[in-house]
Amino acid sequence: MSSAPISKRYIARRAVNLTMTLLCGAAVLIALIPLISVFWLVLSNGIAGLSWSFFTALPTPVGEPGGGVGNGIVGTLYLVGLACLIGLPVGIGTGLFLAERGDGQIGNAVRFVAEVLSGVPSIVIGIVAYGLVVMPMHRFSALAGGVALSLLMIPTLARTTEEMVRLVPRALREAALALGVPQWKTSLRVVLRTALGGIVTAILLAISRAAGETAPLLFTSLNNQYWNLQPDQPTASLTVQIFNYAISPYEDWHRKAWSAALVLLLFVMLTNLVSRFLARNRLQRAR
Amino acid sequence: MTAEPQAQIAVRKLSAFFRTTRALKDVNLDALPRNVLAVIGPSGCGKSTFLRCLNRMHELVPGATISGQVLIDGEDIYAREIDPVLLRRRVGMVFQRPNPFPTMSVFENVASGLKLNGIRTRYADQVEKSLKRAALWDEVKDRLGESALSLSGGQQQRLCIARALAVEPEVLLMDEPASALDPIATARIEELIRELRERYTIVIVTHNMQQAARVSDWTAFFYMGELVECGRTEQVFTNPKESRTEDYVTGKFG
Repeated sequence: MSSAPISKRYIARRAVNLTMTLLCGAAVLIALIPLISVFWLVLSNGIAGLSWSFFTALPTPVGEPGGGVGNGIVGTLYLVGLACLIGLPVGIGTGLFLAERGDGQIGNAVRFVAEVLSGVPSIVIGIVAYGLVVMPMHRFSALAGGVALSLLMIPTLARTTEEMVRLVPRALREAALALGVPQWKTSLRVVLRTALGGIVTAILLAISRAAGETAPLLFTSLNNQYWNLQPDQPTASLTVQIFNYAISPYEDWHRKAWSAALVLLLFVMLTNLVSRFLARNRLQRAR
Repeated sequence: MTAEPQAQIAVRKLSAFFRTTRALKDVNLDALPRNVLAVIGPSGCGKSTFLRCLNRMHELVPGATISGQVLIDGEDIYAREIDPVLLRRRVGMVFQRPNPFPTMSVFENVASGLKLNGIRTRYADQVEKSLKRAALWDEVKDRLGESALSLSGGQQQRLCIARALAVEPEVLLMDEPASALDPIATARIEELIRELRERYTIVIVTHNMQQAARVSDWTAFFYMGELVECGRTEQVFTNPKESRTEDYVTGKFG
């Protein structure tokens, strides 16, 4: 028995192991840098501009002090609301179809289309909404923005709903069917209801993603200096306001862009936190 | 009832398929009203498939088909004009694992068959009656609003029985209803089956031969998709006609 070569190999192995572990750790650190710096930059630049009136007031012209992004916040919520009105029934309905009846060729085709659609850049979605809604109506409108955002929500919503519905045990479906409940009622009132927790999480994630979109809104809902809740009028949104403030040459508007970005970031983080909280609760109840 | 009772369920040359695999071969069998028929046999012999042919749950599996006839009250349930959804209200089913609806309360679970079918009735009366018949009322009457998942396994299974009874079926199919339960809960279910026999025709699939002997009037022994023997339970267990039945009930295989 020669123990020397074995121990040498052992040392080499430990060295390789240590190197790899360090490399992985370094990769994690590098990945964290942009995340932390984004948050830090936005927070440090934006916090000073936050005040009550920033949330409630209309924007002011250059040079005039005060003013806020109240119409942008309301506009973003309004646009997301319109997007939900269109996107939720279509997305969830598609997901339910895929889970319950999607094993054939039609299902595969729908799944493929959803996958392609979820990979389409959001600016292209904006152009589609421009062609579908803005051109026929001859004006920019909240409706166009809502349609663009709903097109972004539908594919991911459909796939997540499908996964959640597929997680519902077969035994529950059979229990309902054996009671003489028709298939469609079983799907809607038993299967969908059981999967609801997971679907709500998916909805919140879709909302937080849609709220952060700028590109598809630039030439659909455009912008508005005033309050607007008319679906056929141009509408302000936080993201487009940030964009306009950021590319302007004015120092004051730059500060407002940072503050508006902070508001948006907080909204997105809050929705994510709520959805995580709901998801964890659901897991604990399932256990 | 006439002096010569007519079969409530009459199975004629029933074969069941999963695509090209034949799971049941030319089964002929009668079940009398208000009798308990136990279906026994080793795993994979087609007992569950047989049961699921009786309420047309079999055809819900993709690629599953049948040939032959199943008559309930003299009516061919596979006839074109029969709606399987309506049939399943007449033929209730209880599954191997308790499967209450997790999002519903105890009360809602029992009422679910009525509510989902749009049957307008005094839900409270029907729920109480069904829970009493399932011998669960005394245990849950003060917690009807709680989640069905807060009940024990044996209570959940009796809840599922109450849920099946609430739509007032004539026939109750039970697919190994006690195999996921402990011995005490199993004894309660067996006691319940003997009580339910007063009102319903029951077909029960079981792995447990003592259980078949305890609860049933008739026993059918299936082996490899065929009905080997069917007769009075005492006769099948004490004096079987077929050697394969004897080997199985005496524990030589299976």
